[in-house]
Amino acid sequence: MLTVEKLSVKAGERLILDEVSLTIPAGETHILMGPNGSGKSTLLRVIMGLGDLEVVSGRIIFQGRDVTKLPIDERARLGIGLAMQHSPSLPEVTLKGLAQVLGDRYKNDWRSLATALNCDYLLERGLNDRFSGGESKRAELLQLLIQRPQLLLVDEPESGVDLVNIAVVGKALHQLLKQGKIKDREHSGLVITHTGHILNYLNADQGYVMINGKLVCEGNPRDLFEEISKHGFEGCVACAECKRR
Amino acid sequence: MRRVQAEIKKVQERLKEAAWEAREKPGAYGDDFDPAVFINDHSELNGRERELSAKLREVALLSGFDPEEKQRSASYLQKDADVLYEKVTGLYDGQVEIMSIERALEEYDWLWDYWWKTVDVDADKFTAYTELYQKGGSFIRILPGAKVELPIQSCLMMSEQEGSQRVHNIVIAEEGSSAEIVSGCTTVPQVETGMHLGVTEFYVKKGAHLSFTMVHNWAENFYVRPRTGVLLEEDASFINNYILLKPVKSLQTNPRAILKGRRSRARFNSIIHGRAGSILDLGSVLELIGEETRGEAISRAAADDQAQVLMRGKLLAYSNSAQARLECKGMLLSEEARMQAIPELEVIKAPRADLNHEAAVGPISREAIEYLMTRGLTEEEATSLIIQGFMKVGIDGLPEILEKMVDEMAKSISEGGL
Repeated sequence: MLTVEKLSVKAGERLILDEVSLTIPAGETHILMGPNGSGKSTLLRVIMGLGDLEVVSGRIIFQGRDVTKLPIDERARLGIGLAMQHSPSLPEVTLKGLAQVLGDRYKNDWRSLATALNCDYLLERGLNDRFSGGESKRAELLQLLIQRPQLLLVDEPESGVDLVNIAVVGKALHQLLKQGKIKDREHSGLVITHTGHILNYLNADQGYVMINGKLVCEGNPRDLFEEISKHGFEGCVACAECKRR
Repeated sequence: MRRVQAEIKKVQERLKEAAWEAREKPGAYGDDFDPAVFINDHSELNGRERELSAKLREVALLSGFDPEEKQRSASYLQKDADVLYEKVTGLYDGQVEIMSIERALEEYDWLWDYWWKTVDVDADKFTAYTELYQKGGSFIRILPGAKVELPIQSCLMMSEQEGSQRVHNIVIAEEGSSAEIVSGCTTVPQVETGMHLGVTEFYVKKGAHLSFTMVHNWAENFYVRPRTGVLLEEDASFINNYILLKPVKSLQTNPRAILKGRRSRARFNSIIHGRAGSILDLGSVLELIGEETRGEAISRAAADDQAQVLMRGKLLAYSNSAQARLECKGMLLSEEARMQAIPELEVIKAPRADLNHEAAVGPISREAIEYLMTRGLTEEEATSLIIQGFMKVGIDGLPEILEKMVDEMAKSISEGGL
């Protein structure tokens, strides 16, 4: 589904990603962990094509196609979707206005999805305009449920969300990634998590640890998370089992 | 009768004298120009034309005027100085009166009591020129208690190069009546330059409701100075929707609503797209005099190309129980455009009056466009959605015709690229 090959990325003069490589097969969900500022969000953003990031070297291959230089919207239409950690506020565009546009485009019943995500009362409001953390996430997930991307990039789904909403978010992600029977799985995901709470809702296949723009470790996501919880990221780097060292 | 005529003559003389004195007085706002340049013989009433050609019908349609008069209760259309339509459709006979102001002044002596009562004749040279060289304008009266469901339409069209229109309109919504007026001002495509001076006085009587939608559709080298006053009695309400989407050389207007009656309400909604080299100075004034009066002035402006857009707004409260809100929001769509917002709030011996304002001017956010693009919208679609929303969000009850115009405008801006 997605292959990132030796991707190095700069923001201005600063190297943010340093020869990052990973492969996410169809139907698999991978987890990305790492300390603040390690480049995790940048990796998701560069896969989506966002912002002023310069790809210095390497490639992003999505479903066999090199998308490294494609505009954001073309990547989205090919099947890449992104749930940001902090979505920008768009007071000019109501959630309903956007849901209608997306509903028409992707032929999805946005109304019932909005009801299922408890978003009805947000529909007439400007997108993310004075939304709480939970409201923002639900609005974001509503858009993604209408969009139904093949590859879902999710940046810290737990951030700013209370425990009740984590369950809602977790269920929606589960639905988006169609994590039913393993043999039926086609949708893939790359999910950043700090707290690991989301692991309770997802069947994650692989985990990575990113430090200073490099993927320094990979393995079973639960094992990795346990290791990090015990010894911090430093301990993870020192881990003798690490495949990437 | 002779006495009345003598009194009217005196009033006329006094007004002409005051106008003559003010004929060189610059406007309080806006760039200055000499209206005399556009006073010429061509714009005299010629009485030659009595109906619209097919081409002119199309022009009228663009400003919201339906020459077929379907779904309209009454129609007035003036081309240059010729009045081509002044009729009420059968169903609304006895509910609405519509005619040229000249005919109305001949027919109703009492109309002089409404003549230059909400706008000062000597306010500036543009009011003065309107009085000195006035030709036409409409008189619309909604009779007491009449509920006119279908819109009344009016159109002022200009077809003469370097010509001018100097009109004086009076609209009276009598007690307990309600109506909607859709008014368009437009030029035929071959006209490049000219001037439009229009004085409009609205009288919204006790318990009446009037909604007035004005579509401006001028040519790139046009000079426009509308002067508007609105007087509201007890429990009266008035909504003014104004939309300007085409380039114009210079346009300055600052309509004033006087909320005299208790519980009267007024709202000004303005949607402006400043284009090409337009110099626009647009505002509104709400004077909250009566108790429990409510006012709102909401404007949305987008400045493109080399346009200069100045948005004003003034709330004046004379009553402790008055409440009003001002909102000016501007979006810059080009590097060379200029935009300024000047909100003003003033409380006069009414310390408990509640006035507030919100003003913001900025470019369209790149982050917002990219966010929408992550959902698969093209850059053009994302831009269009943002502009559409910017122009409409927060403006309640925008008539359908304006909704469509804004949508088309947003589409054309985004297609042109930012």
